Amino acid sequence: MLMPPPDQAVMARKAALVARLRDAVPGEGVIADLDAIRTYDCDGLTAYKALPLAVVLPEDTAQVAAVLKICKELGVKVVPRGAGTGLSGGALPIEDGVILGLGKFKKILDIDFANRCTVVQPGVTNLAITQAVEHAGFYYAPDPSSQIACTIGGNVAENSGGVHCLKYGVTTNNLLGLEFVTLDGEILRIGGKHLDADGYDLLGIMTGSEGLLGVITEVTVRILQKPPVARALLLGFSSSEAGGDCVAAVIAAGVIPGGMEMMDRPAIKATEDFVHAGYPLDVEAILIVELDGPEAEVDYLVERVEAIARDCGAVEVRVSTSEEERLRFWAGRKAAFPAVGRISPDYICMDGTIPRKRLPEVLTRMTELSRQYGLRVANVFHAGDGNLHPLILFDANTPGELEKAEAFGGDILKLCVEVGGVLTGEHGVGVEKRDLMGTMFDEDDLKQQQRVKCAFDPEGLLNPGKVFPQLHRCAELGKMHVHAGQLRFSHLPRF
Amino acid sequence: MSGNALRPADENELREIVRAAIAEKQTLEVRGAGTKRGLGRPVAADAPLDLSRLAGVKTYEPEELVLTAGAATPLAEIERLVAQKGQRLAFEPPDYAPLYGGAAGRQTLAGVVATNLAGSRRISAGAARDHFLGFRAVNGRGETFKAGGQVVKNVTGYDLCKLLAGSYGTLALLTEMTVKVLPVAETEATLALSRLSDEAAMRAMADAMGSAFEVSAAAHLPDGIAASVVYQSDGAATLLRLEGPQPSVEARVEGLRALLRPHGAAERLSPPDSKLAWRALANAEPFTHDLEHPLWRLSVPPTAGAATARAITDGLGGSYFFDWGGGRIWLELNGAPSGAGAAIVRAATAKAGGHAVLVRASEETRRTVAPFDPGAPGLFALSKRVKAGFDPLGLFNPGRMYEGV
Ligand SMILES: Cc1cc2nc3c(=O)[nH]c(=O)nc-3n(C[C@H](O)[C@H](O)[C@H](O)COP(=O)(O)OP(=O)(O)OC[C@H]3O[C@@H](n4cnc5c(N)ncnc54)[C@H](O)[C@@H]3O)c2cc1C
Repeated sequence: MLMPPPDQAVMARKAALVARLRDAVPGEGVIADLDAIRTYDCDGLTAYKALPLAVVLPEDTAQVAAVLKICKELGVKVVPRGAGTGLSGGALPIEDGVILGLGKFKKILDIDFANRCTVVQPGVTNLAITQAVEHAGFYYAPDPSSQIACTIGGNVAENSGGVHCLKYGVTTNNLLGLEFVTLDGEILRIGGKHLDADGYDLLGIMTGSEGLLGVITEVTVRILQKPPVARALLLGFSSSEAGGDCVAAVIAAGVIPGGMEMMDRPAIKATEDFVHAGYPLDVEAILIVELDGPEAEVDYLVERVEAIARDCGAVEVRVSTSEEERLRFWAGRKAAFPAVGRISPDYICMDGTIPRKRLPEVLTRMTELSRQYGLRVANVFHAGDGNLHPLILFDANTPGELEKAEAFGGDILKLCVEVGGVLTGEHGVGVEKRDLMGTMFDEDDLKQQQRVKCAFDPEGLLNPGKVFPQLHRCAELGKMHVHAGQLRFSHLPRF
Repeated sequence: MSGNALRPADENELREIVRAAIAEKQTLEVRGAGTKRGLGRPVAADAPLDLSRLAGVKTYEPEELVLTAGAATPLAEIERLVAQKGQRLAFEPPDYAPLYGGAAGRQTLAGVVATNLAGSRRISAGAARDHFLGFRAVNGRGETFKAGGQVVKNVTGYDLCKLLAGSYGTLALLTEMTVKVLPVAETEATLALSRLSDEAAMRAMADAMGSAFEVSAAAHLPDGIAASVVYQSDGAATLLRLEGPQPSVEARVEGLRALLRPHGAAERLSPPDSKLAWRALANAEPFTHDLEHPLWRLSVPPTAGAATARAITDGLGGSYFFDWGGGRIWLELNGAPSGAGAAIVRAATAKAGGHAVLVRASEETRRTVAPFDPGAPGLFALSKRVKAGFDPLGLFNPGRMYEGV
């Protein structure tokens, strides 16, 4: 993965930069010592590492604005960072840039039960929001598996999802307001405790912008009452096709489960060996379907899903009868990543989305690719919304194997696009999928996206080298090409 | 290009028209069915551009929960089609045509999305923006581009769907759109509390919305308005809707009734009355009679609803009702006060921490009073740069959202 070459002139001015940053963020807030910086050399995509010029940890919005102004003045690139759990390299440092960490933005500013929202700083973890409101029966719905560690700022920047997002939506559907700072150091506020401000939906475009448009300094999210009851079904199928059909049948019956997760045979085996959740080992796929809501509804829907599953030829049907059993059903799924980590020195987690009906074909071709590359793959799948997480197993100490795993992963994502899906369902493009953007979008598509970037950050100093395979200068993107020759009125004067 | 409407048959023709418009510096007024031309500032463009031929459902896959259609496909056609499979557009798209004296049932898919409409289910299921998954469009540079995808979960690249939703045709011309569809609830029930003051209704709605009964919509209709929406209502009516499978709805009706006890005895509307009431609310039907009266639509934090409405009507006179648990206020002014009362309306809304759209007023008023609040200068400047990133020459719907943009 090639990053833009570092600007040597900027690198040479490191000392001056650090001094300026220390004026803006006094105390321990600027880290320039090489050993200390190393903690920040990668995010969850650990195959890529780089050392930034410095790490800045401001404490308030005014300091963020001051830091950004300095960086703009000195032409220094800025990489915003939350908890660094991102899986696509969005927070990967840039050698001629600084990491702007929001780790000190840990305050919950306002809890407003009557308006069902909370206002928090971006460094608050996803789970901490729920913990702050659960005494009153509330929770924050989007629940990425990394929720104990990942920050709400990172969630907004990635538009993160979770197991429950088919029913409750992803980050963007649960967000009401933001404060963010542009590279100019201008502090802007959008939305608030109300819904749908008029004007262009800048809240919507900031969400999922992967740190390329602005630095988020405050977040207002909606909170919901926790469903009183949740029950789960554990279903086993003799083919992934039958499992996929069952998912389709559940949805066709008008049921939108709180969660609907699928695992293939290699994933089942790995997790069973690890946590002994009691999954059947003689099946090709298992499906965990969770129904949540009022008790009467859950009981009713559990029965319906059970009937549908039997119709679809499920060879194993278990229904949780206690909270303990429900959690046991989930134990394997929740441990899927570490379980795979146990049977392989390294793995990478892919994140494509496909139309669900293409699942059998995608799995078959994935098996072929696995044979071709000589690398194992295990699949966990947010089945309800078609979001596939193939885990590719490899050993980074074997020369060439990382590259092979990446090529395999790339082929899987291309396959997702080929069958009508997309490159990423929730982990973001970052550096990981940057060079694959061309399989989904053509030049004009990507240029249009970059023109949005130009509206926010004309200098291109915020997180460059991420998301877009090619960096264009804004002046170049802004030029108008008149399509002469194709015009019916080409004799008219141009402007 | 003179005054004749341009009616491209497909995306290629549309792109050629835009390229010609670029060369000639001709501005275009973009229309689907034209039912919402009264919403926003009057557009002074060189030529009308009629996109109504970019219509027709391309693919509908109920089990994938997605539908792809030409942008100008009549919404009614889509609603009929998905209803056959027991599905719906969950944002409960309203039809504003009667607010401007037009006939209902003619609007297009792009029309409701480009204005980011939402009915009463906004608070539980989102607005048009939340159901808009992908599109193809022509920008103001005469380029065709696409964004998003045709699957329900996707974070590849910027979420341009959000920008296009609510852009009133000022950024790019949508040609094809993919939207999310969801199952229709098996059944619905509406509980009605009678004769609550606005403040008491806000409290009742907050209790209901803050409960685990999954209230899908909550509205309050003051005395005088209620009778036109709720059959045989006696004074003010506060409505709370529950949707879902039959046994669930029955259980929740009982639970919610008990919870609401301190606010009064809740009556249950008959299913047809319930359906009619929510349709009427989404379309703001109480305000489809005096078309010369200015009509405002406010969005505020739900608990601020009552005070905001009072502050405005104390000064200006008018009638109003609340949707979205108090957070959305529809407010019609009496007569035609100068400037549509904008100063008072905007001051009250700003105090509550919200915003206000002037949904209906005379052309003259909409030219001089900004129907959309431009907001803080920094945000407005950013919005202008975003616009320039799509339509640098300002060809599409000039002035529709803001003067000079
Ligand atoms: C074990 C594991 C499980 C995971 N499970 C899920 C899952 O179920 N669903 C899911 O969606 N993701 C999942 N992830 C991915 C990751 O946790 C999410 O993307 C998360 O939102 C990242 O948050 P963070 O605070 O760690 O952000 P970081 O990794 O620090 O940053 C992510 C991106 O956001 C930007 N950013 C961070 N903070 C800000 C800010 N304040 N302003 C502007 N930009 C900012 C960064 O520049 C970067 O581009 C998982 C990761 C791991 C390691």
